[in-house]
Amino acid sequence: METIYLVGVDGSNCSDRAIAYVMERARENDGKVLAAHVIEWSPYAFSSPEENERRHQRREQELALAREEILAPILDRLSEEGIQGEGLVAHGHVARTLVRLAKEHEVTCLVLGRKGSSRLAQFFGSVASHVVQITDRPVTVVP
Amino acid sequence: MKGRRAEQNTTIPSSRGTRLSLRLAVAALALLTSSLASAQETLDERIDNLVRPAADWVTSIIFYPIPLGDVGVPFVLIWLILAATVFTLYFRFINFRALKHGFKLIRGDYNDPEAAGEVTHFQALATALSGTVGLGNIAGVAIAVSLGGPGATFWMILAGLLGMSSKFVECTLGVKYRNEYPDGTVSGGPMYYLSKGLAERGPGFARLGKVLAVLFAIFCIGGSFGGGNMFQANQSYAQLVNVTGGEASWLYGKGWLFGLVVAAAVGLVIIGGIRSIARVTSRIVPFMASIYVLSGLIIIVANIGAVPAAFGAIISGAFSPEGVAGGFIGVLILGVQRAAFSNEAGVGSAAIAHSAVMTKRPVTEGLVALYEPFIDTVVVCTITALVIIITGTWNPDVDPSAGVQLTSAAFESSISWFPWVLTLAVVLFAFSTMISWSYYGLKSWTFLFGESKASDLVFKLLFLAFVVIGASMQLGAVIGFSDAMIFAMAFPNLLGCYFLLPVVRRELNSYWSDLKAGRLEETNR
Repeated sequence: METIYLVGVDGSNCSDRAIAYVMERARENDGKVLAAHVIEWSPYAFSSPEENERRHQRREQELALAREEILAPILDRLSEEGIQGEGLVAHGHVARTLVRLAKEHEVTCLVLGRKGSSRLAQFFGSVASHVVQITDRPVTVVP
Repeated sequence: MKGRRAEQNTTIPSSRGTRLSLRLAVAALALLTSSLASAQETLDERIDNLVRPAADWVTSIIFYPIPLGDVGVPFVLIWLILAATVFTLYFRFINFRALKHGFKLIRGDYNDPEAAGEVTHFQALATALSGTVGLGNIAGVAIAVSLGGPGATFWMILAGLLGMSSKFVECTLGVKYRNEYPDGTVSGGPMYYLSKGLAERGPGFARLGKVLAVLFAIFCIGGSFGGGNMFQANQSYAQLVNVTGGEASWLYGKGWLFGLVVAAAVGLVIIGGIRSIARVTSRIVPFMASIYVLSGLIIIVANIGAVPAAFGAIISGAFSPEGVAGGFIGVLILGVQRAAFSNEAGVGSAAIAHSAVMTKRPVTEGLVALYEPFIDTVVVCTITALVIIITGTWNPDVDPSAGVQLTSAAFESSISWFPWVLTLAVVLFAFSTMISWSYYGLKSWTFLFGESKASDLVFKLLFLAFVVIGASMQLGAVIGFSDAMIFAMAFPNLLGCYFLLPVVRRELNSYWSDLKAGRLEETNR
């Protein structure tokens, strides 16, 4: 069975560390990498009528921006290294959406960077810790 | 809706006799010091006199009293309640049988995960609600109860329940006939369904549709300057003055200042495009509404023993009121009027806000919109009414023009600091209503004059000017005129809706049979 990694990316340093790690693993066992970027969004947020009118347009812009700015450089790196890669963008609750995507694409393992280690970060929790709590798949957290 | 004609004179804060001496002193001071003020007064009067004949003419048509027994029932009320009843029967009590499914739609049970990031049913409903929940729920109810006794509540609830069917029809049509532009933006509302929807029925109807759409747009612009703007500025200023000490308040007589501040805030949002302000408001308003509802519930629960008696008074008062002008019919009118003024069902404004939703089935938004009059009138207005009745604050001697103050006093009798919260709520509700109505007005304006940056700006500047005018002047006739305009919107809107009922029925039947046959996928587990 093919090994598929889903790596959560957001253009930050910590997601770069996760990408570096996942590329190493993918090279080792000839796996495939899904780079997933989730745009924070809630179906229950409040908005003005003017925002609603332009929502569809903005959504398209957000998706395009994420593909160009965040996913394209990663996919370029993957193909340079000869690793099979795919980019995913979605709106939603970050942790829950990553878990849903992992399930839908039947990935072997999720790989996530961890942002902070301060007391405050421990108290509020992070995307990584939230994912660990709700997913039905193995997770690797890269510090 | 917050437009209420009976409240025009509340711009004069508190007319209690105890403050008479103070008022005399202030009046004397004003006479002595300010020649500017007197110049402004004549300007007020001049504008007032200028528009009064036209205003009176329009008002006399819209509110034309149809004699029923020994009371005159305003024509527009019959028009609104007739449509709501016809729609309820035509769709076989959709307002009750679809409540459960409507709730599931709002909760997002049928949201397509592929459409995440688009406008959801919840968001469309919340946006529309923030335009309707407001002064009507706070002040209008107080007026109904103080004039018509507890029984008015019964008719208000009934009218709210029927109004749900009107919203269902409008909002389904709003989504069905909206314009989707190549750049991804959408525009919808009665202007579009009246012109596009009726055009489908043949060339004769196309002309009628165009006329109705243009009439609607004109009335909507008028309403956006009046009930959705000047009235809001005026009433929130009145409450602010009232809570800071009435005539002793440093704000007293500084309506223009309040108007400028509010206009600046509104301008930052609608011209400056400062979305953060709109975003903050759109979060605070539901929060304030929750506080209002919660406080009301706390008072009700604390007096739970008085609740059965209150309901008894509501029901007995509905059918055999004592000491109410016009008796049974009089109470009925008061209840129906306040419900209609509060939830705007049949007016068509909400259809503009609802039409931005992302859905492949227009009827789903209609089913979601059922909840708008339900929350606004059946829940929030009933809570206000119960608080007023069980705290015993209502009595026929209270000056009925002081709507907000009456509700304020009812809450104050249980929670002493509540008037301050209420003032904040009133100002914020007014602000969000202005933002909503500026959008409704702008959509109508661009429908008439086309979309361009310059024409947008003209409308927005006019809108801001009316904020200042509304807060600083006492233009009874102007406000009455624009209030009448809001109700005038119901004539072209509902007339068109009657013709388009078969369209809505086709949509509903095909959706409902898909639902019953299990062809609609629930995505939320």
